[in-house]
Amino acid sequence: MLRLLSFALFLAIWWIAALFVGATKLPSPPAVLDVVIAEASSGALFLHLGATLARVSLAFVLAMSLGSAIGYLMGRVKLADRLGDPWLILLLNLPALVVIVLAYIWAGLTEAAAVAAIAINKLPTAIVTLREGTRALDRSLDEMASVFAMPRWRAFRHVVLPQLAPYIAASARSGLSLVWKIVLVAELLGRPNGVGFEIGVAFQLFDTPRLLAYSLTFAAVVLVIETALVQPFEARATRWRPRAA
Amino acid sequence: MRLEVDITGKRFRSAAGGTQEVLAPVSFALQSGEVGVLIGPSGCGKSTMLRIILGLDRDFEGRISRPPEARIGMVFQEPRLLPWRSVEQNVRLAAPDVTDAKLAELFRILELDAHRSHFPGELSLGLARRVALARAFAVEPDLLVLDEPLASLDDALAGRLRDEIATLVARRPVMTLLVTHSLDDAIRLGDRLFLLSPRPARIVREVPIAIPRAGRSEAELGRIRAELAALQLESK
Repeated sequence: MLRLLSFALFLAIWWIAALFVGATKLPSPPAVLDVVIAEASSGALFLHLGATLARVSLAFVLAMSLGSAIGYLMGRVKLADRLGDPWLILLLNLPALVVIVLAYIWAGLTEAAAVAAIAINKLPTAIVTLREGTRALDRSLDEMASVFAMPRWRAFRHVVLPQLAPYIAASARSGLSLVWKIVLVAELLGRPNGVGFEIGVAFQLFDTPRLLAYSLTFAAVVLVIETALVQPFEARATRWRPRAA
Repeated sequence: MRLEVDITGKRFRSAAGGTQEVLAPVSFALQSGEVGVLIGPSGCGKSTMLRIILGLDRDFEGRISRPPEARIGMVFQEPRLLPWRSVEQNVRLAAPDVTDAKLAELFRILELDAHRSHFPGELSLGLARRVALARAFAVEPDLLVLDEPLASLDDALAGRLRDEIATLVARRPVMTLLVTHSLDDAIRLGDRLFLLSPRPARIVREVPIAIPRAGRSEAELGRIRAELAALQLESK
């Protein structure tokens, strides 16, 4: 209920602002809705949304799984941490634009280059978060598992993973927003479809309603993914914690 | 089965760069069916000794020999339960082979029936300690290690749990090693008492108790207690 109210407030502010600055700079909500409906009925909206979503999910899964594995390794093994740390700092501070441009130059304007560039941008933050999570693991529980001779996989699944779950959820959440920002740049620079491509076109034509139509629908999709997937996972992972009143 | 402990020394490197002696030469052996009790002042190195015996700390001089197939059941000073698993899952994860009947019996003896599906965060310390005991017994250990399992419990509950430990130990031949501050726990449960010195710990005296656990009357316990008090005065 409160969420709905907050959303209504957002729409109201938008509408009022639109009245003040004029339709060319900020079109009103109905004008944007008209474009959304038109694009949806022609099928273009779904084509571009689908292309972007596919890139996002591919890059996200790639970066999360690889980043989690590397982060866990760096948190556990001191040698890996010392070897990997300079690379990590380099990757963390490399601007997204540089990665994307270099990927396109080296691998051509291909799908693989785009997905890889997006994944490389997300990778270091996933590593850092999981490394922190691994460092915070409770040693006394590791000892318990070792004394009771728990097989590796069982100890990992029941002792280690539940402790990492909040970190994985945090990394997934921040990662999703990061990937969603970067995917548009990658599409703008070197893909013939996707929300980023459409926004590039809209920018060249100064077509603000079209620009807003695409970005807001995609924001809505991200919101749905967040509430339908990420939040339930987080709630499930922490259900053993006594709830604060 | 037989546990042989022969530690010749254990040092910690301190932050200042020097080394600190934690354990002096310590050696003893334990047979199946025997309860050995380590008694010593706080900070004398008992926990370090346990960690070495359990194989958690390999950086020491000397050797520990225990049959490699020996199953270990351990009750740590803190319960060390998995907060994200229920009481029953905590026990089953450590002891995957435990039968339903055996588990039901353990939960009945330790009065945990009502708490099977609770999470450890919902339990009092006394209950959590009982879950830790249930977990250690559920694995049907060959070597049972109890690190002050009754500390910070009220006398009545500690007494009941002590009787329960005695019952469970009597059931199968198991090598039991108990660490405690309480002389009372030591003489009621132990077959052999090892009195330890302050750090670096060494065994000051070994006191066997010949009377079987079940047959120790209050009068006998009083006599052993007096004997131990005299010994401790003597060693000071």
